[in-house]
Amino acid sequence: MICLPAADPGIVARREEIVAALRELIGPGNVVAEPLRLAAYETDALTAYRQRPLAVALPETTAAVAAIVRYAHRAGVNVVPRGAGTSLSGGAIPAPDAIVVAMGKFNRILDIDYANRCVVAQCGVTNLAISHAVAERGFYYAPDPSSQIACTIGGNVAENSGGVHCLKYGLTTHNVLGVEMVLPDGEIVRLGGRYLDSGHYDLLGLTVGSEGLIGIVTEVTVRILKRPETARALLIGFGSVEDAGACVAHVIGDGIIPAGMEMMDRPAIEAAEAFVHAGYPLDVEALLIVELDGPAAEVDMLIDRVRAIAESHDSASCRASTSEQERLAFWAGRKAAFPAVGRISPDYYCMDGTIPRRELPRVLAAINDMSRRYALRVANVFHAGDGNLHPLILYDANSPGELDKAEEFGNEILKLCVDVGGVLTGEHGVGLEKRDLMTYQFGERDLDVQHRIKLAFDPALRFNPGKVYPTLSRCAELGREHVHRGAERFPDLPRF
Amino acid sequence: MAAEGNSMLRPRDAADVAEIVRAHPRALEPMGGGSKRSIGRPVDADPLDLAALSGITEYEPAELVLTARAATPIPAIREALAANGQRLAFEPPDFAALLHGDGVPTLGGVLSANVSGSRRVSAGAARDHFLGCRAVAGSGEEFRAGGKVVKNVTGYDLPKLLAGSWGTLAVLTEVTVRVAPAPETETTLVIEADDAANAVEMLTAALASSHDVSAAAYDPARGCLLRLEGFGPSVAARAAGVLEALRPPGVERLDAVASSALWSDLGSAAALAERPFVWRIGVPPSDAPRVLDAIAPRQFLLDWGGGLIWAALDELDVGRVRGALPTGHATLWKAPVAERSAAAVFQPQPAGVAAIAARVRAALDPAGKLNPGRMA
Repeated sequence: MICLPAADPGIVARREEIVAALRELIGPGNVVAEPLRLAAYETDALTAYRQRPLAVALPETTAAVAAIVRYAHRAGVNVVPRGAGTSLSGGAIPAPDAIVVAMGKFNRILDIDYANRCVVAQCGVTNLAISHAVAERGFYYAPDPSSQIACTIGGNVAENSGGVHCLKYGLTTHNVLGVEMVLPDGEIVRLGGRYLDSGHYDLLGLTVGSEGLIGIVTEVTVRILKRPETARALLIGFGSVEDAGACVAHVIGDGIIPAGMEMMDRPAIEAAEAFVHAGYPLDVEALLIVELDGPAAEVDMLIDRVRAIAESHDSASCRASTSEQERLAFWAGRKAAFPAVGRISPDYYCMDGTIPRRELPRVLAAINDMSRRYALRVANVFHAGDGNLHPLILYDANSPGELDKAEEFGNEILKLCVDVGGVLTGEHGVGLEKRDLMTYQFGERDLDVQHRIKLAFDPALRFNPGKVYPTLSRCAELGREHVHRGAERFPDLPRF
Repeated sequence: MAAEGNSMLRPRDAADVAEIVRAHPRALEPMGGGSKRSIGRPVDADPLDLAALSGITEYEPAELVLTARAATPIPAIREALAANGQRLAFEPPDFAALLHGDGVPTLGGVLSANVSGSRRVSAGAARDHFLGCRAVAGSGEEFRAGGKVVKNVTGYDLPKLLAGSWGTLAVLTEVTVRVAPAPETETTLVIEADDAANAVEMLTAALASSHDVSAAAYDPARGCLLRLEGFGPSVAARAAGVLEALRPPGVERLDAVASSALWSDLGSAAALAERPFVWRIGVPPSDAPRVLDAIAPRQFLLDWGGGLIWAALDELDVGRVRGALPTGHATLWKAPVAERSAAAVFQPQPAGVAAIAARVRAALDPAGKLNPGRMA
């Protein structure tokens, strides 16, 4: 059970006055205050937790954002920035004494600049819309979080989102050139631009991944890349997780950086195959998808090399895609892994730790032990190239105590990730979900330094309170509801 | 702990560094190999010689991660990586020739300055490969930031903030970087160009192709320079693809050895070594020809597809250089000490950004103990 800081009753009591002030500032049509409409903003993709916000502001311009923030600053009201609300770590979960600033109306692409290979977009433009906008000239935006049809570029900046291709193409932070941002005192600043690096401190680098704690990003400049000439994938089965892990290490040791390298364990393979019939082998303990992209001459050569490496590690089966259709079929099961697990369990809880890859067999064995101890099933999918684990813990929230047990199980997995030299989160963010584990990964002084940075931007601690960093404040009684059996939020959003 | 009262402070380890930062009565100038001491405003501070903090502490090639004490010399890092067929993809430059210096760059120094070579345009900057660190804040506390794995979003990305902060926020004591496989081979296409505008057109076309051009530069003395790296057959196919797309009138093709030497010189602007004033300027590539026209430098190089201008002048003309930039940043990379003491060496920031930068500095180094004034 995770707590949010207790709401300030003094602020909650001033709700009508605050709503009126917001209406005055940005127009009545841009303020949501009716209970029924507020319900849409109660949670994000960490649906076990929900709270109704004080009010929701839907600004249309950067000046309006600044006006809201200046007002909140003066009036002593907290602010929770929100993009599409797809955070898996609860980064956009509101508070009863906070104004949610929802950036959905910032939905325009402002400039496509092929000469400088970049796109300037308002923060509410979806990740995939950027790639679509430049597809006609054969370009794309590389980071591809699984929620890319819904998640916004502003949210990607806040979370430093990854995706299955980030081993080769990097996270959001490696692909963002500049932002316009409203600071917690209402000041509007621009960091970076259509050029590389900073002439002074890299405040842009600090902003990416800051989870809405130091400002609201209103505009983003991203670099775009030419689509690779071709892409092919291998589907490789192994009799043991150790063999699969050794194969991954060998591929990288051979100087090959695949565009994507994904692993699934037996429960995940079985769930995915039963769901989408991708043609996955069912007699293996681990399945590896290795995608190679680039010039055709290179890709064909590397397909052969990776196949030979796999055979040297006793692969049980190995297929190479020979058409785009077949490549997509290989991916279909992996991309459907989360909903596939959702079919075999009323609820699941998705973890996101990163480990040094060499620790994979030990960590998976330990997770299986925990699974027996907690009497909860677990399926593992894994960004094998960069060591980012996504164990899915299967539970039934209708069964008393199971959610708490699932959370304890998850916490134990994340602590194990830290123990073996890894980290709590590889791409989903700390948010609300992993906040209380921060002291496990970082010492008091490490956190103190991070807190001093926060204070430099937000001395009154108004932005996204209760997220990322543990606070001493008293816990609120949090109405925790669970949603399950197809009633989950964004059921149609792929998650991988 | 290290002897105080000596003109040089020589900590043996991170604990010594913390003790000195806390107890030393004067400002400090953190120093690895000293190879970039002549960049930035001269500092009135006692040098903090970190040379003893040297050596690789963790390196597992298959994890693509290396951890080393901050003052480990770059050549030692290169050697260890090369023995395993790997390298630092951001290609740390050595400015010894340009700056007439004799210090050897260190890993911590390269990260503190966020300097990257020509491959920056395709592989990212030093900051993009900086995964984590141990450091001593200006306020004297030892702390850790980031992690030792390639994918990590836990907490603020402090390594990014420390990269390019020139030792004004914290003293790095140990750093973890991402490493990359070294390519099997490389080649460089040297293509005739009429002028900077024509060159930027070609560099842009090359970088906008799907041929994975890893570096793209223009040296007026040689022409457009396009680097291709990777597996042999792939390099051959892509080189042919680039030539097919550009259809240049004349082309020379360099073998791997010549190519590698060329980029080592180009990334460190060695050709400008005899010039007294050298600026390092970041611009949108399409602005580069206009900016060059406005500055009218005695000599120049274009790197990063036109996004980086190395401009050499005969005199200090801050107004001419900064006035030529519609956007971007210009740093006075090389100048005699008298001029460096008076000029704004780093790009002045807009008031709102400068205010937040000052608060960030005060958060980590409240007394202004580390390199005071260096980034003015």
